[in-house]
Amino acid sequence: MNHIRSQILVCAGTGCTSSSSPAIIAAFQKELEAQKLTEEVKIVQTGCFGLCAMGPVVLVYPEGAFYTHVKADDVKEIVSEHIVKGRIVRRLLHKEGQDAGQTTSLSDTQFYKRQTRIALRNCGVINPESIDEYIGTGGYEALGRALTQQTPQEIIDKVLASGLRGRGGAGFPTGRKWQMTHDAVSPDGVKFVCCNADEGDPGAFMDRSVLEGDPHAVVEAMTIAGYAIGAHQGYIYVRAEYPIAIKRLQIAIDQAREYGILGENIFNSGFNFNLELRLGAGAFVCGEETALMTSIEGKRGEPHPRPPFPANKGLFQRPTLLNNVETYANITWILNEGPEKYAAIGTPKSAGTKVFALGGKITNTGLVEIPMGTPLRTIIEDIGGGCPNGKKFKAAQTGGPSGGCIPASLIDTPMDFDSLGSIGSMIGSGGLIVMDEDNCMVDIAKFFLEFIIDESCGKCSPCRIGTKRLYELLTKITEGEGTMEDLDTIEELCLHLKSSALCGLGQTAPNPVLSTLRYFRDEYIAHVVDKRCPAGVCKKLIHYTIDPAKCKGCTLCARNCPTKAITGAVKAPHTIEQEKCIKCGACMASCRFDAISKH
Amino acid sequence: MKSLEELRAIREKMQKQLNLREKNEDSIRVVVGMATCGIAAGAKPVLEAFLDEVEKRNLSNVVVSQTGCIGVCQLEPIAEVYVPGEEKTTYVRLTADKVPRIVTEHLVNHRIVTEFTIGAAK
Repeated sequence: MNHIRSQILVCAGTGCTSSSSPAIIAAFQKELEAQKLTEEVKIVQTGCFGLCAMGPVVLVYPEGAFYTHVKADDVKEIVSEHIVKGRIVRRLLHKEGQDAGQTTSLSDTQFYKRQTRIALRNCGVINPESIDEYIGTGGYEALGRALTQQTPQEIIDKVLASGLRGRGGAGFPTGRKWQMTHDAVSPDGVKFVCCNADEGDPGAFMDRSVLEGDPHAVVEAMTIAGYAIGAHQGYIYVRAEYPIAIKRLQIAIDQAREYGILGENIFNSGFNFNLELRLGAGAFVCGEETALMTSIEGKRGEPHPRPPFPANKGLFQRPTLLNNVETYANITWILNEGPEKYAAIGTPKSAGTKVFALGGKITNTGLVEIPMGTPLRTIIEDIGGGCPNGKKFKAAQTGGPSGGCIPASLIDTPMDFDSLGSIGSMIGSGGLIVMDEDNCMVDIAKFFLEFIIDESCGKCSPCRIGTKRLYELLTKITEGEGTMEDLDTIEELCLHLKSSALCGLGQTAPNPVLSTLRYFRDEYIAHVVDKRCPAGVCKKLIHYTIDPAKCKGCTLCARNCPTKAITGAVKAPHTIEQEKCIKCGACMASCRFDAISKH
Repeated sequence: MKSLEELRAIREKMQKQLNLREKNEDSIRVVVGMATCGIAAGAKPVLEAFLDEVEKRNLSNVVVSQTGCIGVCQLEPIAEVYVPGEEKTTYVRLTADKVPRIVTEHLVNHRIVTEFTIGAAK
């Protein structure tokens, strides 16, 4: 038989790969061969489906059955039951929340229903290593039309009309950036197109997923950008820690070259364009545009002051267009569906959709793409499924170490550039870390500062020294040594840092501190005045005690204590010597009578 | 790649494969019983015939799928046709030769081939 009657889609994104999807693919191959089904059933490796917490995930068409937490041992059953006999393996179907009825189809899940997938349109749908499948979805059509029927200005006008703003964090209007680079005069006519794939925010992985799931979308958009601004060479700066993304990008570039979509005289239009990868060594600062371009030039990745802006003097001192992966992933959709359609999604000032990487204390960890302006509540409660274990939602951190927190009281804030900016947060690159009642906000601010100290390049002193001093002040507070004057010093230092640091990394570094101070000042004061950590996180401020009324003297805690801090006779109430206690919590975990409390 | 036509040729070739990955609520579903009884009675050539015929006529709104034992094993091979909004039709004692008529008359022209249905088999 020469018809493919069924397709098995297996996620081969980083998340599912690390939970052993390659073994599942191999098992399917083996099983299909054993059952002589290889000619009628096709295995397709796809990019990320978005529901990483449920991985590895497998989707079987034409039924559209969505299997989650699949193990290699389950493969035999899926093949013999579903593929051969057409009986869906119900026990492996995705279960949603408390819902006893199991959802068969992916598109029926709450997780997907609320999403609008534009940048992620092909992720989890096509095989990212097949240019034919990309073309099958309408790929390279926008490029073909642009090169053969449209002028560069017509394309820029469309990007302008769409209202698309940069998805890397700052939210600069993409069309204006294209126009500026188009208008800039290069001394020798050379211009460059670059893609920022140096995704570095802790908890953000949407760019990785686009590169892994739909690399041709970026290749096509960059080629269109090259035509629009008059560049013939592009660079994708991707971090070396993304091996799967790098591999798929390289395959995509090679396939495009082979098809004559990259190279010379593309679509017989006389336009030449080439793309190359540049791997970053993982320095966070290289995600900053001037540092990124310095790094591509082969120099140490340090930023330099702007102006001149990259649009006038960027890579190798030539006008350069630099956009983020997700920004490029929107371009072909805009050109194919029309800028008006894109502008109609989202809010008037923040058009289109945004991908968020949901992480932290949330049930459905994964990637979600929603129209701009969707309230945070929809993301946390409906799509994310709320905090696990019935804990109370406390705050969400957006924009990673450059962003701020959104407290539970502002959960109805629309997620768009301006609304988030007005409450002291930002969309940022799209990392969304959820915190529940067990998270200490001072500790969170300290965590992000520690990250910044590690990643500061050290070129300017406000960032190099200022972040270190800030960190020391926060440490003082978490150890119960802080004073109310320290809070004032922190605020003053934050303002100086914001206004005097050389690049975005230093300028935004105080944001997590400022926003937690703004919304959780009482928690700071509890640390300073009452010497108490309300969430019970800061070790120097918590104490474990044994309730003599509840303690039966079973000695279990004393035997589990690593520092022998617990004493007491058998069958008599025990006590903890606070000087010896290292606050590891082993006693509390082992007590069967609920006699030990933390406060 | 020298022209849009060249690109569109590849696109068309690939589209059939990708269409399979879209769940369309309006499509007609043909489900062939493929349990042990069905396979033993010759359901496989029937399934292949359906796939062949649907492909030949380029019926993008038809999904051919398989299922387990439908329950009346003595009438296998069985195929059921689900047209959205209508009662399902059960065809019995099928052979590959009977399939083109079902596809032409039922799937394309919406006329049930009564003589092959379970009602006529008694």
